[in-house]
Amino acid sequence: MLRGLWKLTWIEIKIFMREPLGAIGTIGIPVLVFLVAGRMIGRRATLTSPAASRFIGVGLPVLASVLILVGAVLSLITIISIYREGGILKRLRATPLRPHTILTAHVIVKLALSAATLVLMVAAGKRYYPVGIHAPLLGFTMALLISICSILSIGFLIASLVPTARFAQPIGAVIMYPMIAVSGLFVPVESLPRAAQAVAKVLPLTYAVSLLEGIWKGDAWWAHARDVTALAVAFIVCTALSAKVFRWE
Amino acid sequence: MPPVIQVSRIRKTYGPTVAVDEISFEVNDGEIFGLIGPNGAGKTTTMECIEGLRTPDRGTVSVLGLDPFRDVYKLQERIGVQLQQAQLQKRIKVWESVDLWASLYRRDAIDGERLLEQLGLIDKRNAWFMTLSGGQKQRLFIALALINDPALVFLDELTTGLDPQARRAIWDLVRGIRERGKTVFLTTHLMEEAERLCDRVAIIEHGRIIDIDSPESLVRRYCPERTVVLATNNGSAAKHFRTIPRVEAIACTGSQVTIRGSGDDLVTEVIHCLSENRIRVTDFRTILPNLEDVFLKLTGHSIRD
Repeated sequence: MLRGLWKLTWIEIKIFMREPLGAIGTIGIPVLVFLVAGRMIGRRATLTSPAASRFIGVGLPVLASVLILVGAVLSLITIISIYREGGILKRLRATPLRPHTILTAHVIVKLALSAATLVLMVAAGKRYYPVGIHAPLLGFTMALLISICSILSIGFLIASLVPTARFAQPIGAVIMYPMIAVSGLFVPVESLPRAAQAVAKVLPLTYAVSLLEGIWKGDAWWAHARDVTALAVAFIVCTALSAKVFRWE
Repeated sequence: MPPVIQVSRIRKTYGPTVAVDEISFEVNDGEIFGLIGPNGAGKTTTMECIEGLRTPDRGTVSVLGLDPFRDVYKLQERIGVQLQQAQLQKRIKVWESVDLWASLYRRDAIDGERLLEQLGLIDKRNAWFMTLSGGQKQRLFIALALINDPALVFLDELTTGLDPQARRAIWDLVRGIRERGKTVFLTTHLMEEAERLCDRVAIIEHGRIIDIDSPESLVRRYCPERTVVLATNNGSAAKHFRTIPRVEAIACTGSQVTIRGSGDDLVTEVIHCLSENRIRVTDFRTILPNLEDVFLKLTGHSIRD
């Protein structure tokens, strides 16, 4: 059933690395920015202000995770639409490859690249951010995996609907970035205007941020049952919808 | 041997447009069968209905004894497909694509390296897809269509956009596919390609099949006209040619005489007349109708219009 999955995944990773900005853009630059920021503010901030210390302790890891996640989703939308426009999806479909194998391979590529970026960040951050990691890494990884699957499914829905590759990136950005703005990542959801709060409540990214922050701080899973449920519902709805509306050509 | 492909009264519409309208035909084992017609005639839609990539609104299709809609995965194991205007990932290497394709099939794939060698791509095995020329890309697509050693190969507008030299090289490869005992189903809007490659062709226009037969039979049936053009200084030559049966028109310009008539015997009769009357000629050629003329006669317009 998943014949060809690993070979396709591996080839897609290699192809991505051959893109002019592939490896540098998705892994190198985020890690570099993280390091530069760390050098500039890391040590000083934690010593002076408790708010900054809280940001670096909890906000920063979650911020980094969510930004990488959104980057992965945007990249997925673009790749799927380019593959569709170029007839690559259609050519792959005219083989015994199952459609879900092709799509799963792309999700795995995005997961692998996101994981690589995060691991490098953690390794680099250890040096510059003296807060250290007291978070439950295994739990956080689980939370991240749940979030990424849910948000990637939104990406797939967008990829199913965008008409051409030219529109993929801007449409993706127009949908994803406002989601970040009201997700509670920068301003707590409770202090947003009432209308924005209502919007935030129906967007899955809000629940992803809440789950990631909570688990990072050491909350128990049952305290975030609502977040996990919301993400699962988003995943199921988006996957079902994109299965219905996905176009191969 | 039952037919490899059996298409019975299929119809496919896109909104108000009828792409394929009640088409029926059969493709026999071991032949090169061509679906020929202008762009937009319904060739690709018909082919994709047979490959299982599209579902017709009505009608039935049977390919290698399988139903392409219910048994699409079983069918894809046994067919090879080259799609019109398909691309691969820009930066996939030639050997990687062959290796990937080989891993997709349940049955043992044939040796990819040998296939690349036979198709003249071995020097390009480490090249990215985006760096290949049009002819090289099409040869790679042929390699991918053959990698699972299929019984039936589909080729959709294989040589469109290629220069004449690359086109001839591809034709040789397609004949090679038939020599391996495989059946080839192809579409083309190039009449010369159909004439040189196909054992039988179906002429399709506006989603309907106008006729099916071998190119020679179609030409004989619809275009019995023969034309002989010769050059002679003999002033009374035209008078003699008029006595030949089934000659319809004679035109003289300077020393050139053009004789129009019909029937396979016309050329023999002209030669006979020349020798009987001791008419010396300095030039002699025949103009035979081809599929292009058949198409013109059947549809009232040229395939290029």
